[in-house]
Amino acid sequence: MTSTACFIIVSRNDIPIYEAEVGSAAKREDAAQLHQFVLHAALDIVQDLAWTTSAMFLKAIDRFNDLVVSVYVTAGHTRFMLLHDSRNEDGIKSFFQEVHELYIKILLNPLYLPGSRITSSHFDTKVRALARKYL
Amino acid sequence: MIGVGKIKQYSNILEKPLSKGKQEVSLSAFTFLFSELVQYNQTRVDNIAELERRLEDAGYAVGARVLELLCHRDKGNRRETRLLGILSFVHSTVWKVLFGKVADSLEKGTEHEDEYMISEKDLLVNKFISIPRDMGTFNCGAFVAGIVRGVLDGAGFPAVVTAHFVPMEGLQRPRTTILIKFAEEVLQREARLG
Repeated sequence: MTSTACFIIVSRNDIPIYEAEVGSAAKREDAAQLHQFVLHAALDIVQDLAWTTSAMFLKAIDRFNDLVVSVYVTAGHTRFMLLHDSRNEDGIKSFFQEVHELYIKILLNPLYLPGSRITSSHFDTKVRALARKYL
Repeated sequence: MIGVGKIKQYSNILEKPLSKGKQEVSLSAFTFLFSELVQYNQTRVDNIAELERRLEDAGYAVGARVLELLCHRDKGNRRETRLLGILSFVHSTVWKVLFGKVADSLEKGTEHEDEYMISEKDLLVNKFISIPRDMGTFNCGAFVAGIVRGVLDGAGFPAVVTAHFVPMEGLQRPRTTILIKFAEEVLQREARLG
């Protein structure tokens, strides 16, 4: 089953620190830019919604054509945003929780400056493997 | 016996599971490291305000990480969105993990709406340090103030946090108070959330 999905991690200061196209459909150049645009446009909605609930997983918060934006906000207000076309909410929640653990391990590195880009190739490999597993 | 049992080797840090948090660090090791931190900075600054700022920045980095780790590990992935919530998180959970006990007291300031104080009779970082008279109002608790600022800033409650000595009658040494002054936007948002 082919699925389109774009995953980005946005820091507290609204700077993207990690991006990945994780869908299994064929990648097109214009689609990637469109996905990023939609995700950034959804940031305003996330900002308001984050203060109304103490849960971390905010489900589908915005839609674009047939694509849905789901968001997970961590305690430090780092946002994991996923643009996807599937309806599997539990899978997406598990995906976010596993990526959250990976993110905490990266953050605990005292030489990592919080809010800077994540450049670790191990992290990239693991996120893509998790995406294949849960999405 | 040393060396009994094999410790599993992980190829990279992302494979290793997050620790359960039951580990303890020796007090002497920590105080030795902290005294080195203070001495290292002392030789590189011109005045006391700069020294306090450097200690605070060191604590800020710790606070940002402590917030994420504890919310994930001890609070089952619930974020704090209210002022009192985050203050009691700092006062009990953070203090318990860092110092082994909850803070002595959490008070609201009487003169200003945006001031709160966390007091500790014997703050760990000040326990073995005496301040020479010519250093005036310098307080090594600036490190802990930095940790608190890191936690509050990360959670979206920007504040100015400072450490002060408050002499108490009946006690030989003054107790340390961490003074938290929240930014205007925090109070406005609290009022909006009702």
